[in-house]
Amino acid sequence: MSEETKSPPPGSAGEPKPAGQPWLSPLVTKLKTRYGSGVLEASTSLGQNCLVLDSSIAHEILNILSEEEEFDYCVDITAVHYPKREKPFDLVWILYSFPRNQRLRVKTMLAEQESFPSSIPIWSGTNWLEREVYDMFGIRFDGHPDLRRILLPEDWKGHPLRKDYGIIEQDQEWVQTNLGIESGQ
Amino acid sequence: MPDSTPHPSPLELGSPDKTFLDSNELILNMGPQHPATHGVLRVILKLDGEKVLGVECVIGYLHRGVEKIGENRTYAMFNPYVDRMDYVAAVSNGLGYCETVEKLLQIEAPPRANYIRVILTELNRLASHMLWLGTHALDIGAMTPLFYTFRDREEILKIFEKYCGARLTTHAFRIGGCLYETYDGFEHDVKKFIDFVPPKIDEYEELLTSNRIWVERTKNVGNISAADCKALGVTGPVLRASGVKWDIRKALPYAAYPDFDFEIPVGANGDTYDRYLVRMQEMRQSLRIIRQAVEGLPEGPIMAKVPKVMKPPAGEVYHSIEAPKGELGYFIVSDGSTQPYRVRVRPPSFVNLQALDLMVRGQLVADVIAVIGTLDIVLGEVDR
Amino acid sequence: MLDYVTSYLSSNTTPGQAGNLVWALIYILIVFGGVSVAVMAMNWLERKALAHFQIRLGPMRVGPHGLLQPIADAIKLLTKEDIIPERADRLVFWIAPLIILCASFAVYVVIPFGPTHAITDLNIGILFMLGVSSLSVLGVVMAGWASNSHYPLIGSLRSSAQMISYEVAMGLAVVSAILMTSLNPSGTGTLSMIGIVEAQQQQQIWYLFKFFPLGFIAFAIFAIAMVAETNRAPFDLPEAESELTAGFHTEYSGLRWSLFMLGEYAAMIAVSSIAVTLWLGGWLRPFPNALTGATWDLAFSLFPGFLFLSLAAVAWVGVIRMPKHPYFRIQTLGLAGFGSVLGLIGLVLFVPPVRDRIQDIFWFTAKVAFFMYMYIWYRATFPRYRFDQLMRVGWKVLLPISLAVLIGTAVAGMVL
Repeated sequence: MSEETKSPPPGSAGEPKPAGQPWLSPLVTKLKTRYGSGVLEASTSLGQNCLVLDSSIAHEILNILSEEEEFDYCVDITAVHYPKREKPFDLVWILYSFPRNQRLRVKTMLAEQESFPSSIPIWSGTNWLEREVYDMFGIRFDGHPDLRRILLPEDWKGHPLRKDYGIIEQDQEWVQTNLGIESGQ
Repeated sequence: MPDSTPHPSPLELGSPDKTFLDSNELILNMGPQHPATHGVLRVILKLDGEKVLGVECVIGYLHRGVEKIGENRTYAMFNPYVDRMDYVAAVSNGLGYCETVEKLLQIEAPPRANYIRVILTELNRLASHMLWLGTHALDIGAMTPLFYTFRDREEILKIFEKYCGARLTTHAFRIGGCLYETYDGFEHDVKKFIDFVPPKIDEYEELLTSNRIWVERTKNVGNISAADCKALGVTGPVLRASGVKWDIRKALPYAAYPDFDFEIPVGANGDTYDRYLVRMQEMRQSLRIIRQAVEGLPEGPIMAKVPKVMKPPAGEVYHSIEAPKGELGYFIVSDGSTQPYRVRVRPPSFVNLQALDLMVRGQLVADVIAVIGTLDIVLGEVDR
Repeated sequence: MLDYVTSYLSSNTTPGQAGNLVWALIYILIVFGGVSVAVMAMNWLERKALAHFQIRLGPMRVGPHGLLQPIADAIKLLTKEDIIPERADRLVFWIAPLIILCASFAVYVVIPFGPTHAITDLNIGILFMLGVSSLSVLGVVMAGWASNSHYPLIGSLRSSAQMISYEVAMGLAVVSAILMTSLNPSGTGTLSMIGIVEAQQQQQIWYLFKFFPLGFIAFAIFAIAMVAETNRAPFDLPEAESELTAGFHTEYSGLRWSLFMLGEYAAMIAVSSIAVTLWLGGWLRPFPNALTGATWDLAFSLFPGFLFLSLAAVAWVGVIRMPKHPYFRIQTLGLAGFGSVLGLIGLVLFVPPVRDRIQDIFWFTAKVAFFMYMYIWYRATFPRYRFDQLMRVGWKVLLPISLAVLIGTAVAGMVL
C-alpha cells in the first residue's frame, strides 16, 4: 500500500502530521452523516484506522462506537502533548471490537484546562487509564468517581509527561519534605 | 518514603475514637513490603470480619518514568529500557517494541529473524508461567513447586544466556530483526529442552491439579465473568479462563505465528482454578510452537535493511502482542526525528489489576492473596 | 549403691507407682533431656528433609551436613535481644510461652516407653494427656492478647479456634480406641497408657487393624486432627508468613520465640506418642503375635543395632564423599566422629543385656519418629487450608466420621 507523504501544512510546524489515506467505511459514512463536521478526519495509515473528532461530540461518538458498532473493549487511553498547537492535547482512545476483530484509534483535541467526560460509564476499565492520563498530563475527566494521581504520590506537583516538564525535573517541594534532599540531584 | 499526607481514601473508617474491634469494618493494609504481593504493591482491604468488602490498590512505588525517558532516547537506545518493565518476560516486551518501530519504519524482519523471535518469546512465556506457578503455589502454601519450577526455568535462562549474554533482561532483539545469530548448538539445546520439560509440567500438575486442598483453595475463588473482563479490558489468561477464546497470536497475528499450529486453551468458570489450568495448557502449547519453530527454522539473514540513523516518517502506530500477562501494546508517535515524540506502553498487568476489586468482593481475606497471585502481575509493568 | 541402681533398673513398676521420688526425678530429667534432644534433632531433620524435598541441600556448613545447625540456632536465639512491645501486657507476655511449654511437657509424665518405663502410670493416663495438652490453647490466646497488636490477636484467635475444634474429633477417635481396650478377657477397659498397650498385646492385634477398617479410620482421624492440633501444615494458616495475620508469636523474639518452637515440637511428639500408643501398639515390636518365638524375638532385637550401624555407614559414606579440600578437614573429622559414635551405639546395642532392655524404648521411638517424618512430608507437599475450610473439615467432616466410627466400634465390639 503506497503512502502519500503529505508535507506538513504551513503554520503547524513541530506537529507530526501522520501521513495517511482517507478511510472509507460504512462506519465513517454513518458518523459523518450524523455529525457532519464534528468528524474532523477519518484516515488510515500504516494499516490502522483513525478517527479524529471534535471534543464536543467525541463522548457521544464513543458511546455509539461501544453500543452500536460493537467496540466493546477499550484497549488504552492516552494523551500526547503538542505545546505549540492551539489545542495542545491529543486524547487518544484505542478501541477493539471482539465480534469484528477490528481495532480503531479515536482522537480528539483538547485545549489547556479543558476537561473531558469520563468514559467509565461506557467501559469500566477506563478508570485507572484516565487516572493515569490525569496524573501524567493534567487532563481532568468529568464524572470520574475518584480522579486522583495513581502513579505519583498524592501531593506531587506537576504533570510529568507534558513537554514543558524537564526529564530530570522533580517536584522540589515533595522531594524536600519527603526525602529530605534538595532536588536537582 | 513516609506516606505523610492522608489522602481521601474511599475506604475511610467511621469515627476515630472507635478501635478496630468496635466497628464492623476493619481497614487492613497489606503494605508495599509483603511476601505475597509480588513486588511493591500496597493493597488496602476493607473487611467485615473475614469477608472482603472492597479493595484499593495503591501503586506507583516502582514508577520510573519510562515513557518520559522514551521521549529522550533514540529508538534503538530505548530498546533496553523496555525489558525492565515486565522484567519476568523481558523478551516479549522487546518483541512488542521492535515490531512497533518496524511498523513505523515500514520494514519487515526477515523470516529467520521472525522464527528466532518466536522461539525466544515462547521460551520466555514458559519461563514467565513457571515463575508464576511457583510463586502462586507458594502463596497458597505449597512450598515445593517453587523450587521445581525455578530449577526448570534455569534451563531456559541458560539458553538465553548462551544466546544474548543475559538471563533476565535480555535485550534480545533489535529493530529490524535479531542482532545475534543463533549460537552453535542452539537448536540442539532447544530440542533437548522441549524433550526435558513435558514430564516436569506433568509433575507440577500431579502435585497440584487433583490435590484436594489446592482445588478447594482455588475453585470459585476470584470469579470474573467474560462480560466483566471485556468491560474492564482484562486480557491474557484471565480473559481466556473466563471463556473468551481470544489470543492476539491468532486474532491479529504478528511475527511468525501464522506459520504455526497451536490451540488456545479456554476455561469455563473464570475462577482461579481455571486460570491455573489455562496457564498450564499454555505452557504445553508454547512447547508445541517451539517445536514447530525449531524444526522449521529457515535460513537467511537475521536483520532487515535498517538505516543507521533511524528516522521514521511522521506518524503514529499502535501495535500489540500477546505477552504472557495479556495484551502488551505500544503506541508510538513519531515526528520524523530520531527520537520518538511519545512512547506509550499499554501494560497488561496495570489493566488487569483493576479487576482485583471486582474479583475479591465477598471473598475471604486469604483469597485476596490467591487472587493477586492468579492475576500474575509484575509491578515493573504496572508502574513502569 | 550398685545394688540400689540395678534393683531399680530391673524393677517392674514405674517410679510413680513405686512412690520413689528420686527415681521419678531421674526419669523426669532423662525424659526432659531426651525430648529436648529430640526437638533439636527434629529441627535439623525438618530443615534437611524439607530441603531435599525441594531439591536443595539445606544446612551444610554448620557442622558436617548441618548437624550442628540446631545448636547454632539455639545460641543465636538465646543471645538475641529480648524485645517486648511497648504497650504489651508484660506479665501475660512473659507467662504465655511458659504455659505452652509446661502444658506440652507435662504430658510426658505418662508417656509409656515400655511396660515399666514411664515416669508414672496414671490410671487415667489418656484423659490426663488430652486434658493437659489442651491447656496450650490458653497459652496461645494469652500470647496473642499480650502482644497488643491486631495481627497476633487475630492469629491467636484463629489458632485457638482451630485447636479447640480439632480436639473434639481427636477425643472421639481416642474414645473409640479406648472402647477397644475393654474387649479383653476381664471385660474392663482401661485409660492408663501402659494398660492400653498391654490390652493390644493381650488381644494380639494392634488397634490400627482391629475391626478393619474402623480402627484404621479412627487412626486416620486422629492423625489428621493431631496435625491441626499442633498448627502444622496443611493447617498452619494462623502462622503462615504469606497470609495476612502472621500468627500469635509475631511479637516474640529470641528466647521466648524458641520456647514457642520448643513447645510446638514437644506437642508434636506428645500427640504422636498418643497415636502410637493407642493404635500402633506402643512399644511392641512388629508382629508380636504373628511371629512369635525366640528366633523371631532375636531377629527383631537385632534390628536397632543394625539400624544404627547402617546410619553409621551412611555417615561414613558422607565422610568419603566430602571434598578433599583442607577447608573441609574439620567437617570430615566431625562427621567421621559422628559416624563412629553411631557405630559404637550400634555395637553396644548388640550386647545382650542392653539389647533386651532397649527393645521397648527403641520401637516406641521409631514409631514416633515415623510420625515426625510424616509431619515434615505433609509440610513439603500440601498447600494450606483456608481458615473456613479448615473449620469445615474439623466440624463437618471429621466429627461425623469419628462419631460413626465410635458407634461402629461399639457395635462391632458387642457383636463380634
